[in-house]
Amino acid sequence: MGVALTRSAQWTAAGHGAKTLEVTPLNEAIVKEIILFVESFIYKYPQEANYVFVEPLEWKTNLDPSAFGSGYAVSGTTVKSEEVDKNGEPLLYLSVPQIKIRSFGQLSRMLYFAKNMKLKEAQACIEANENPVAKILGFDYNIINEKNGNSFVSSILDKITKDDGPEIEIKMKIALQLKQLDLHLLNHSLKHISLEIRLNPGTVKNDIELLKRFSGKGEQTVLESIEYTSDYEFSNGCRAPPWRQIKGEICYLLVKPHDAEILCVTCSKEGVFLNGGKTDDEGQINYERKGEIYKDLVTLLKEKSAIFSENMSKQEVKFSEQPQKDQPNEAPKEEVAITHKASIASRKSSQEKNRINLGRSQLTKRLEPSLNWRTSVSSKDRNTLRDTQAEKHGGKLEKSRSSLSPGRAQLIRKSIEKIEEIISDSSSESEEDEEQPDHRQETNADLPSEYWQIQKLVKYLKGGNQTATVIALCSMKDFNLAQETCQLAIRDVGGLEVLINLLETDEVKCKIGSLKILKEISHNPQIRRNIVDLGGLPVMVNILDSPHKSLKCLAAETIANVAKFRRARQVVRHHGGITKLVALLDCGKHSAEPAQSSLYETRDVEVARCGALALWSCSKSYANKEAIRKAGGIPLLARLLKTSHENMLIPVVGTLQECASEENYRAAIKAERIIENLVKNLNSENEQLQEHCAMAIYQCAEDEETRDLVRLHGGLKPLASLLNNTDNKERLAAVTGAIWKCSISKENVTKFREYKAIETLVGLLTDQPEEVLVNVVGALGECCQEHENRVVIRKCGGIQPLVNLLVGINQALLVNVTKAVGACAVEPESMMIIDRLDGVRLLWSLLKNPHPDVKASAAWALCPCIQNAKDAGEMVRSFVGGLELVVNLLKSDNKEVLASVCAVITNIAKDQENLAVITDHGVVPLLSKLANTNNDKLRRHLAETISRCCMWGRNRVAFGEHKAVAPLVRYLKSNDTNVHRATAQALYQLSEDADNCITMHENGAVKLLLDMVGSPDEELQEAAAGCISNIRRLALAIEKARYS
Amino acid sequence: ALKIYLTGLENSKVKSKLYLYFHFTVKKSEIECLIRIFHNVVGRGDMKLVNVGPDRNTFRVILHSVCGMTDDVLMNRVFFAFDKDNDNYINVKEWVKRLSVFLRGTFEEKMKFCFEVYYFNGDGYISRERIYDMLKNSLHQQSPGEETDEGIRELVDIAVKKMDYDNDGKISFADFEKAVKEDRLLLEVFGPSSLKIDFTISFLNSSFEQLCFANM
Repeated sequence: MGVALTRSAQWTAAGHGAKTLEVTPLNEAIVKEIILFVESFIYKYPQEANYVFVEPLEWKTNLDPSAFGSGYAVSGTTVKSEEVDKNGEPLLYLSVPQIKIRSFGQLSRMLYFAKNMKLKEAQACIEANENPVAKILGFDYNIINEKNGNSFVSSILDKITKDDGPEIEIKMKIALQLKQLDLHLLNHSLKHISLEIRLNPGTVKNDIELLKRFSGKGEQTVLESIEYTSDYEFSNGCRAPPWRQIKGEICYLLVKPHDAEILCVTCSKEGVFLNGGKTDDEGQINYERKGEIYKDLVTLLKEKSAIFSENMSKQEVKFSEQPQKDQPNEAPKEEVAITHKASIASRKSSQEKNRINLGRSQLTKRLEPSLNWRTSVSSKDRNTLRDTQAEKHGGKLEKSRSSLSPGRAQLIRKSIEKIEEIISDSSSESEEDEEQPDHRQETNADLPSEYWQIQKLVKYLKGGNQTATVIALCSMKDFNLAQETCQLAIRDVGGLEVLINLLETDEVKCKIGSLKILKEISHNPQIRRNIVDLGGLPVMVNILDSPHKSLKCLAAETIANVAKFRRARQVVRHHGGITKLVALLDCGKHSAEPAQSSLYETRDVEVARCGALALWSCSKSYANKEAIRKAGGIPLLARLLKTSHENMLIPVVGTLQECASEENYRAAIKAERIIENLVKNLNSENEQLQEHCAMAIYQCAEDEETRDLVRLHGGLKPLASLLNNTDNKERLAAVTGAIWKCSISKENVTKFREYKAIETLVGLLTDQPEEVLVNVVGALGECCQEHENRVVIRKCGGIQPLVNLLVGINQALLVNVTKAVGACAVEPESMMIIDRLDGVRLLWSLLKNPHPDVKASAAWALCPCIQNAKDAGEMVRSFVGGLELVVNLLKSDNKEVLASVCAVITNIAKDQENLAVITDHGVVPLLSKLANTNNDKLRRHLAETISRCCMWGRNRVAFGEHKAVAPLVRYLKSNDTNVHRATAQALYQLSEDADNCITMHENGAVKLLLDMVGSPDEELQEAAAGCISNIRRLALAIEKARYS
Repeated sequence: ALKIYLTGLENSKVKSKLYLYFHFTVKKSEIECLIRIFHNVVGRGDMKLVNVGPDRNTFRVILHSVCGMTDDVLMNRVFFAFDKDNDNYINVKEWVKRLSVFLRGTFEEKMKFCFEVYYFNGDGYISRERIYDMLKNSLHQQSPGEETDEGIRELVDIAVKKMDYDNDGKISFADFEKAVKEDRLLLEVFGPSSLKIDFTISFLNSSFEQLCFANM
């Protein structure tokens, strides 16, 4: 107990007087545990409860003497317990406000009397008695306790043997109990601490800034507004007034979500919670906590606003997607860290890669005695240095992204590219801000020898003529420019400025030399930003016009490296770089090289390759994609695609793949007959090329014609065979993606079955990263639309892994998995397996998922499950609260969710008992409320559900009362026969009630139904006729009544 | 004036002999043009030298005015590299032969020429001292009293370190060749020796075309 109290309880740092416990959840928990211990003590250890403390526990109490009942002598302001020690002293003595207690028995009794003031009393007791253990057992016990926790027990045993006696024995028992409590408290608080995420002003500010960017009017934003209550920011980053900062509060926010009232939120170090809101009179904030504490702002808002969580999840996908794309896989493998991947693990592995590469490049370098010993000596330090840096980056990114999902879902990006741009910008920008300072502050002592050598060379660049400059440039190139130390050294001694200046001179050689260096060091993200800041890009863009091909190449390659972030891409575009780069692609067509070539010249193909490389980098921005298209890049890319140089093909296909996210491009790609060449290159030996081709096909195969083209050009076979190589995960993800999209066409699925691709896909359901799984499951979901394939999947054991995936959290994956499982459930045999694996329950619980897509998909999947389950009614009832959940989903505002839930309810309602239950849950008014819709899909399923629900009790009447009938009649004017059939059936059911017949008649149903009777659809005929006959019968009855 | 040279040349036997020395890709018409340029540039200098060709001073004037070279040491060396028979004059043969290297020469030929210019009439090596001579004007006087001398020595060290593969403190042709092949920028490492090749070529090309057209 002592240890727990001193170490983990959070004491305020108040200097004067007694220490007090801070009001924190952790302390509260500790005090509660102690209370529990004391309260139960009297029952568990009645003997020990009578033990008299060495010294009384003494504190100021708020208890009223009158609170004490029997067993106490109450007189005015004092209370004495009737229980006394050997000397006749009472074990509890209260003289307002001081209370002294000398046994556990009295302690727990006191707590009993304290009732709801328990917590305060216990806290006061702990605060006043700094060392309770010493007071209870005597000082020597406490010393042992504090000094050496481990030998505590043994020393107690020692004591027992030394001085025997019943009292000592009891003392020992109590000591052991206290020790146990202590351990328990420590464990408990540890659990708490690990749960607790301490916020600081920085992270809170970042969160708020980020949310601000995505707030505003419109559908796609996450919030309507988010504002601080105070504009003044203290130097420590807090905005709360100082007296609240003491409580750990950081700032207060007014948040207006799309679908809720303004929330007044307190951000404190302990977490984020709703406060009492602004009081109207003085604009003051009611600081009282009004709700649960959430770990951060995003979590709170997700809980409070459905739209926020929905839109946020969309953003998250983009967050995680964009950075990943930011990293083309060719040259920058050597690039030092700061790949944006969210997980440290992948970061580490890329570090490893770097180091290996680094070693190789040193080996391949020619031996150079004077330089080499330096590199080898310092390479060790450098690696460690880099490691720590990487950890720094890792930590930072991890922190700033902790609220984002790490899943790299390969969702199809439809629309809102703009927002994506903003995101990519904001994320990279903040990264820049974070990183720069710590590198500049290196002290001289730590600088590697390269630093000084590079500084000398830069001096020659600055002060030398052309000859000296060239020598310095060539010599600089001999440093290992892939190393961050060298890259930063060049920058830190002002080399970047000089290098960029050199680009503006007339000296071709200087330009070449400078570009060669810039090309290498621009692999470093910081250097890229510096180059852009120093205005290097416009100069390079101008060089693209140079008559010297090698200059063009180098400039394009450097641009390719620099344009890895949004601002750079924007600069390239604004300076007409895209047009010039596209023009470079045109060089490739002169197949006959002129015989004469100047000294520094390279071939035209090379120029085109470099151009494609730069375009690849640039094509990550939406506006650049457009610019490339407008500059006529697509036909040129298509032509380059016909070459057989891998070096050329990779950037070309990479650019196409990047751009294929745009509708315009997909059309152009089809028109330029690019698919054929993409398919051809799937057969290439180069994995990267295969990957990009598959990726491009994945993007393009949204279109049916394209899917057919892929098949016609024989692309399905190579795709299927690429499935067998699972080592390269990126390629596997691209290939499975292509297969998924291709298998939307039935003919393609048949082909895939021929190639045994379905079996292979099933094999890929385990042990694969999420981005692969999403695609694999998506493909299986498409394949499952056919009976034969469902059999195949069942036979090779695909159902179990599919059901296992139902517990994931990745939204895209869940949508696909539910679809696949649903498709499998159509097969009664498969359904048995799903049922056995408890798949239905898992699907059902996905109805609680915050993402509407998942909800809808899960609901669709449930329909065949309920249809084909053996004892469906019983099964559905076995899900506690399941029916209520489904009915409540009818309150959703997503049309797809509504339609799917209607379909589920139709199936549920087939069981009378369940129908009764959902009726009790108020399904009728909810369905009636939905009736006014124009969405044909929803109309159809809604009508089916209504006709099904009519079968119970007075539901028919109830539908009429809730005004569902008139809108239903209007459904008959829809163009969809499915809607007609369902509606006619619903009307037939409803027409059993006389009032409904009148409503129908008033709304002109008879004429519409008469038309339906002539329909070729027999079910429709029958239902329409039945309905008319009911109406007619009513009319006859009325007439009869009138005349009789 | 041009016509006189042309007629004079067409009759001479020199022309046919010259073909033997030219780089094989240089076409006949181009040679004629080169000869014309020779006379053209020589004509700018001293008329008396028409038949022999320019001497050192005249050649330096040409290098300066046409190629923009300023460095005395290098200009001298370029002259000696041209003047293969060491008669202190550059005759038509030497002129055409050298220029054909610049125009159509292979990389190796150009490299050889540059090395020749740099090592001068030495022992086949470029020594530190020579490099120092060539680089001594390559640093701008940053401020009076600053040790430019030491700066240049360091620059020489850097250059030698860069190019001296066999570690004998001087640069042999093998060293030079290896370094230049690795990085073509090093071809004119110690100063613009090959007549600032690119600019010169463009100059020649333009006068070339003009003359070719004039001829037609």
